Amino acid sequence: MPPETVTQQRADVIHNIGYRHYEGPRLGRAYARRSLFSQSLRGAYGLGRSAKSKVAPMLLFAVMCMPAAIIVAVAIATSANELPVKYTRYAIMLQAVIGLYTASQAPQSVSRDLRFKTIPLYFSRPIETMDYVVAKFAAMASALFILTGAPLLILYAGALLAKLDFADQTKGFAQGLVSVVLLSLLFAGISLVVAALTPRRGFGVAAVIALLTISYGAVSAVQAITWDQGNTGPVSWIGLFSPITIIDGVQTAFLGATSSFPGGVGPGTGTGLVYVLVLLGLIAGSYGLLMRRYRKVGL
Amino acid sequence: MSHTTTVEHVTVIATESLSKRFPRVTALDRLSVDIAPGVTGLVGANGAGKSTLIKILLGLSPASEGRASVLGLDVAKDGSAIRESVGYMPEHDCLPPDVSATEFVVHMARMSGLPPSAARERTADTLRHVGLYEERYRPMGGYSTGMKQRVKLAQALVHDPRLVLLDEPTNGLDPVGRDEMLGLIRRVHTEFGISVLVTSHLLGELERTCDHVVVIDGGKLLRSSSTSDFTQATASLAVEVTDTADHPDGTTALRTALDRAGLTVQPAGRGADGSPGSDHVLLVDVAGEETYDTVRDTIAGLGLGLVRMEQRRHRIAEIFRSGDEDANAAGAANAAEAANAAASAHGNGGAVDAA
Repeated sequence: MPPETVTQQRADVIHNIGYRHYEGPRLGRAYARRSLFSQSLRGAYGLGRSAKSKVAPMLLFAVMCMPAAIIVAVAIATSANELPVKYTRYAIMLQAVIGLYTASQAPQSVSRDLRFKTIPLYFSRPIETMDYVVAKFAAMASALFILTGAPLLILYAGALLAKLDFADQTKGFAQGLVSVVLLSLLFAGISLVVAALTPRRGFGVAAVIALLTISYGAVSAVQAITWDQGNTGPVSWIGLFSPITIIDGVQTAFLGATSSFPGGVGPGTGTGLVYVLVLLGLIAGSYGLLMRRYRKVGL
Repeated sequence: MSHTTTVEHVTVIATESLSKRFPRVTALDRLSVDIAPGVTGLVGANGAGKSTLIKILLGLSPASEGRASVLGLDVAKDGSAIRESVGYMPEHDCLPPDVSATEFVVHMARMSGLPPSAARERTADTLRHVGLYEERYRPMGGYSTGMKQRVKLAQALVHDPRLVLLDEPTNGLDPVGRDEMLGLIRRVHTEFGISVLVTSHLLGELERTCDHVVVIDGGKLLRSSSTSDFTQATASLAVEVTDTADHPDGTTALRTALDRAGLTVQPAGRGADGSPGSDHVLLVDVAGEETYDTVRDTIAGLGLGLVRMEQRRHRIAEIFRSGDEDANAAGAANAAEAANAAASAHGNGGAVDAA
């Protein structure tokens, strides 16, 4: 190697302070993964991006929290004995908002890297395929958890302000949180798999919306028809075919929620276990598919 | 070459009968090459295996056969460690248009493991070194190709690597931008002390920049030698003279006279440097200092006007053309074959992105 400090001794160029080597710490894979996670999570709310890209996520976040604030205000004003909406029910009621948010932000998170071919730059750095997938998955799930968890927190705080029963409310709040954690993981997984298939953001948005709404529309229509014909048995099984009804089923069986299925016939414990298995299978499957996808994309 | 003792210090990259086979194409075929610190050019036609080699060197794609080490680390085992001290500039566009160069390079620095404050500091330094100033705060969508290439180079340098792999850094640049980029690459080594492996399919472009040139073709090593080996052996003097009444064809007259004086002379030929009138230029092999005197005296003796007399280094390409006509012809055939193979692979669903 030639001497590396030659330029630092040159005095003839006033403005050139020369090249300085970096002697500080290199924090490695885990740090890089965390950096990617925080960048993606911030990006999901438009932070660190243009003003324009902050509008949609912030608006949806506000829309998501507004009903909770109103419910709380009414509950306090009327000194109600309980909140008019259960914690577990809230996300199901506002599933359209959650769906819109997922559809707008999942492609933002992964399609851009594919479209602008930034992926090779990531993989030419210490991180491995797994780190990229884990960081993106965790960031999307966390963004969804913030979206779905914040209104629950508002409800809980309001309930306590209204001096409702502490034990009752805490239990309901905890059940609600578990439910939205599962929902966040499921939605993040499914939407990222769909979005990672196409470098086109528009296609990604359309595909995620279509997947969430069409599957829900089909499932609830078939459930309604089955219910009308007096077959209560299959109703709970049909719910296995759309993301939001899976969450509904799981929380009805295990988290003390009231089912939103026709007639309120949610799955019992036995069927509920199948729901949990399907849910975990879908989350793990999404992770597996993402890994497969990104192993191919590479450099 | 440097005189350090241990193997790790002498070679930046070492490959040993490295092969990479895809179902339909052999991208690398028992390639064995040692690359020393400095600027090394990796030359080959499209589909010669350059990109495949880079992927293997970064530890991103396993070799089918053979071994390779980068900075003394095994690519099969220490990929992550290699990538921490190696920078990579891809051939294609890789910049998101809606973020500024500063934001982007800071993010990339953190992805290389630099703490936040160091990432910001190094980003400012590096962008300045590659020649980006006020525009670094603007979204990159509005940048010219030259500016984009600079950002791409900056993200490869921001973590102060010991080696950078530059894939076709002059692609898409105009002649001025090309020269600036080549100058920048040279500085990366001379001023920053970072070794460089730069690929190109243009041989001529690398001769000014590189200390060493490796030519691969169809995944095989065609030639590996220092740039000075290519050029020094053939130092020559370009001489151009006017015609006079006594000597209506001054060039021929001079050639005969110089031949008689015992110098090796040949016409430069029209294709040599492409400039007009180059068929009036004679190339005289320089045997020593006295050659210059002989040429001057001969011209004066003939009473010709001397238009120019300049020292000239042969271009690497020329050496290929005259030096090993056969090998080159074979090489060209191989290259065509490889290109065809790559093209057909693409046609069949792009099985070989590497090509």
